[in-house]
Amino acid sequence: MVVPGSASATMPSGPPASQVGFLGWLRRNLFSNIWNTLLTILCAYLLVVLVPPAFNWLILNAVWSEAPPETCRAAEGACWAFIREKHRVILFGRYPFDEHWRPLLGIAVLLSMVMVSCFRRFWRPWIVAIWAGGLIVFFVLMWGGDLPVTYRTIALLAGLGVARFALSQHAAANNLRGVFLWIMVLLLILTIGGSSILRGLDSLLALIGIGSFFTGLGGVIFEVPTGLSFVPTSLWGGLPLTLLLSIVGIVVAFPLAILLALGRRSNMPLIRTVCIAYIELIRGVPLISLLFVASFLLPLFLPRGVEISDVLRAQVAIILFSAAYLAEVIRGGLQAIPRGQFEAADSMGLGYWQKMGKVVLPQAITIVIPPIVNTFIGLFKDTSLVSIVSLSDLLLATKDMAIADVNWRFAYAEGYIFAALIYFMFCFFMSKYSQYLETQFETGRRKRR
Amino acid sequence: MGIIEMRGVDKWYGQFHVLRNINLDVKPKEKIVICGPSGSGKSTLIRCINRLEEHQKGQIVVDGVELTNDLKHIEQIRREVGMVFQHFNLFPHMTVLENLSLAPIWVRKLPKAQAEERAMQMLERVRIAEQAKKYPGQLSGGQQQRVAIARSLCMNPKIMLFDEPTSALDPEMIKEVLDVMVELAREGMTMLCVTHEMGFAKIVADRVIFMDRGEIIEQNDPHNFFDHPQNDRTKLFLSQILGH
Repeated sequence: MVVPGSASATMPSGPPASQVGFLGWLRRNLFSNIWNTLLTILCAYLLVVLVPPAFNWLILNAVWSEAPPETCRAAEGACWAFIREKHRVILFGRYPFDEHWRPLLGIAVLLSMVMVSCFRRFWRPWIVAIWAGGLIVFFVLMWGGDLPVTYRTIALLAGLGVARFALSQHAAANNLRGVFLWIMVLLLILTIGGSSILRGLDSLLALIGIGSFFTGLGGVIFEVPTGLSFVPTSLWGGLPLTLLLSIVGIVVAFPLAILLALGRRSNMPLIRTVCIAYIELIRGVPLISLLFVASFLLPLFLPRGVEISDVLRAQVAIILFSAAYLAEVIRGGLQAIPRGQFEAADSMGLGYWQKMGKVVLPQAITIVIPPIVNTFIGLFKDTSLVSIVSLSDLLLATKDMAIADVNWRFAYAEGYIFAALIYFMFCFFMSKYSQYLETQFETGRRKRR
Repeated sequence: MGIIEMRGVDKWYGQFHVLRNINLDVKPKEKIVICGPSGSGKSTLIRCINRLEEHQKGQIVVDGVELTNDLKHIEQIRREVGMVFQHFNLFPHMTVLENLSLAPIWVRKLPKAQAEERAMQMLERVRIAEQAKKYPGQLSGGQQQRVAIARSLCMNPKIMLFDEPTSALDPEMIKEVLDVMVELAREGMTMLCVTHEMGFAKIVADRVIFMDRGEIIEQNDPHNFFDHPQNDRTKLFLSQILGH
């Protein structure tokens, strides 16, 4: 029975105004209880205290135009004129100033390779050719001049490997193994002729990859002069060095880590022991000590006359180090795969590598995408440790090439902020890409529920 | 001359004697149902036939090939022996069609188109062709198990092993799986089934085997097995699963 004039009779339909709209949102999210309210007030206070000065320093009072150090010193805000003046040495380090277009182009090559590889639809065998081609172009650009013998040999071997691999994709060409020149000619014909098979964008990319590969290979084998002045690796620096160390580090460490993870779970005692020993030993020492060993101790053991470039030595140290960490991440993924999956694969007669490659690893790696990308981000930032063995990567170039200038020494904050922004850009990209991959596979998994 | 011959097979898990002196001959096209209380070693027995478990004593010869540590022989036998698991064990990251064509492509080296054509035939056979593009997780348990059976059939096996194929299914889905198995039996497949579906055993089995504590206690044709069990343990077991 409703009593006239009572609350229930006059209650309007719908929730009260304080529960909906902007006020409702505020209430729910910022002032829901006493602690939440205190926290909101504290945050608001900090914002008021910190943001305006930061904004003033970074933007409003900053010197944006080209200006001598004196103008900057007099100004209240940040000295972006310093970055204007020094950005090229920060980005390219000790690399000869007039040749900066070469590392710039090199960065473009590396980044386009990475971008192409990010799309799932390009995860095809020919992506290997694009990488081989891209890396050769990168090195030819960076080195110029007479390419060192070691590099020539490695490139030749890599070229042979890629050529054979690409050929094995076409059954018709299988009986033409052996004669390298024939393979080259045939592959070129196949690539052009194959565009009708590959179609569209795919074929264009394959052509670019294989084309650049042959340009590089031709220059290497037949010693066609590059027409570029020679720049030794000791002068390489800045962003191209950081990118080279991290990209090659990731690309080589990843498969190595998969092998180590599989080896650690192997039934064969020798392989298992070697893998465990490797992982535990490498994980047990800091990267810095590995870099030291690679750069100062290793040359002592090498026979006289054998020289390995300092960049390569640091690169190897980074690869060996990251592979040990990644192997444990991947092993975690392997352990999450139920035994039934292994048994089903076994019962169908799949061999070990078929079972791992088709059934187990695709599931295991999907599970551990977040920690894998975590390790990659770590690796990317850890490359800055190569400054210890006096390779001038992005960070050391910022410090030694830009900030060390006596006229600009006061502008160290601006220099580091600039370098930090570059690091952040790449790390943020990796983080976002990881999320993209997760949703890519997650949708597949949700579909399966 | 049996297609499977087990002679004096023993197996231990550590100290636990899981199979004791197993002697079993299976003739081509024979249908055998193995039953027994849990832990009696019946799953272990059929898992020894495709070497998912390793026996420690005795001899197992499948299709004329002896099972030893030789990986070549093991893979050779596995190609000819299909297995259906209690929990289906479909590959969740692949579509139904990819699940079915995987082994024919990589083990039998069939061209992809041919493998997929065969996969579709097998899916028709288990009456589930319309699900070919779905992922296993989108199917019901009964459908998944029928896909698993089709996956084994794609390898064109000479022998099929069923390890409690209906135990993980909801009751209303058991029939659709059993129907497929009955059909398969009628077409002349050699089958070894570990199952508690006694109705199925009565319809298709040529021989019912009762196991307890790692031993084959009794084996007989279904009529005599169910109506005139000899051993006390068999009688007890039958009364437990049939007597309600």
